Amino acid sequence: MRNWISDKVMRLEPSGIRKFFDIVSEMEDVISLGVGEPDFDTPWHIREEGIYSLEKGRTFYTSNAGLKELRVEICKYLHRRCRLDYDPDLETLVTVGGSEAIDLAMRTILNPGDEVLIPQPSFVSYLPCAVLADGVPKVIELKAENEFRLTKQELLDAITEKTRLLVLPYPNNPTGAVMTGEELEEIVEVIIEKDLFVLSDEIYSELTYEMEHVSIAGFPGMKERTVTINGFSKGLAMTGWRLGYACGPAEVIAQMNKVHQFAVMCAPTTSQYAAITALQNGDKDVAMMREAYNGRRRYLMHALEEMGLPCFEPFGAFYVFPCIQEFGMTSDEFAERLLAEEKVAVVPGTAFGKCGEGFLRISYAYSLEDLKRALERLGNFVKRLKGEIK
Amino acid sequence: MREQILTFLEKNSRIDLKELAIILGTDEVTIINEISKMEKEKVICGYHTLIDWDKTSSDKVTALIEVRVTPQRGQGFDSIAERIYNYPEVRSVYLISGSYDLMVILEGKTLREVSGFVSDKLSTLDTVLSTATHFVLKKYKEHGTIFAKKSKDERMLVTP
Repeated sequence: MRNWISDKVMRLEPSGIRKFFDIVSEMEDVISLGVGEPDFDTPWHIREEGIYSLEKGRTFYTSNAGLKELRVEICKYLHRRCRLDYDPDLETLVTVGGSEAIDLAMRTILNPGDEVLIPQPSFVSYLPCAVLADGVPKVIELKAENEFRLTKQELLDAITEKTRLLVLPYPNNPTGAVMTGEELEEIVEVIIEKDLFVLSDEIYSELTYEMEHVSIAGFPGMKERTVTINGFSKGLAMTGWRLGYACGPAEVIAQMNKVHQFAVMCAPTTSQYAAITALQNGDKDVAMMREAYNGRRRYLMHALEEMGLPCFEPFGAFYVFPCIQEFGMTSDEFAERLLAEEKVAVVPGTAFGKCGEGFLRISYAYSLEDLKRALERLGNFVKRLKGEIK
Repeated sequence: MREQILTFLEKNSRIDLKELAIILGTDEVTIINEISKMEKEKVICGYHTLIDWDKTSSDKVTALIEVRVTPQRGQGFDSIAERIYNYPEVRSVYLISGSYDLMVILEGKTLREVSGFVSDKLSTLDTVLSTATHFVLKKYKEHGTIFAKKSKDERMLVTP
């Protein structure tokens, strides 16, 4: 028999998260700080709207781009929260999570051989999606001393004649880094001068602390060269509903919609109806959750400081990214020993790119009680290691 | 700051104040001062424990009693409310808009004790026109806490 798997797919490396997940799943009584989704249930009024839409028998396809009413609400929301103005008919596409939007954007924008700049550490999908779209991923290794922000110089150094697309993953998973308006302005210059297109993944835009999120598409000259990707998963605690969206120039969105309609037809109808009410009445829920995350973030930072684990203060998403280089172990080794000895699961930084080596992703999408228990164990582990080193 | 402290205390009055200070990004002394100020000003009126009595061996009966009364000249409903809320078995008294005037929440050991209170003490007050007693059969949620809820984390242990 021939090998029926395409070379392209065979060559794709499986996600580092997957590997670690398999180890964790075998164990009992693990306290996990390894989750990339909110601990909150979807607010009840949103769930109820989903139930109601099922009761009404709204179980048909929607238009490919998504319910008109939802697209209108998305545009109102982006205007209200991100100061972006998009047309609901021509510039907005409802997708199956932010993940589908990433895939669509890559497949729509890239020609074979085009280079895609992917700052890492970052979400696991960008690189494989670029490869599947026949692009050539070029990793920009972000640095801890810059608090994992993309600098103008790093961008300039990575650009070649073949560079077509820049992925901008802020607020960032796994580092929790955010980019301020001034920092974005610096790279906007380069992007326009070098005539690049931007995929801005802003799925964590609602989860920034002590500062407001800034969208790159809001800068002059950027809207026409940016696809803004966002969704309902993180801010509104709706991961399982699989609902996201992409906004961008009409000609790009139209072509993304073409790919989208052949691949999935439309996003789940129930989720779309629930999402309408989420955008109309969900701001206070988001604010409540943001406040809770922020309290945990402070608590976690304090605990890391107490145990002497160095970490820059992140102001976005629900992750911190402490450095473990002093212990002379790889991230994988550290995470595996922590799991074996203290039954605490964290994700090795390397799951998000090679330059995540020496770091861990700790999620604070957990109740304070859970965090406290897990941090106690992590503290004991670190104490023991420090003893070993001496 | 006040509202933030209260939001936490309302859910957990036993929270470690040092931890609360870290969570709110301030210092412990500020929190302690603010709380004692609120205690003096009677913003904080007490600290209670939320108990699911059904899980204990002691029997308790809770009744909600609608009371229609004649308000008194110059005193409105306040003096009649006072006569009612001074009974220790009365847990709560609210002045209510709508088809009756006072909502009285009563807790007793037995059905007989509660109905005895209503017929002997409440109904015999001059200003009370009528009462309607509703016994609580099951408590699902109190003070924002769901009694029956199982809090198991159903998320996968590690996700991107």
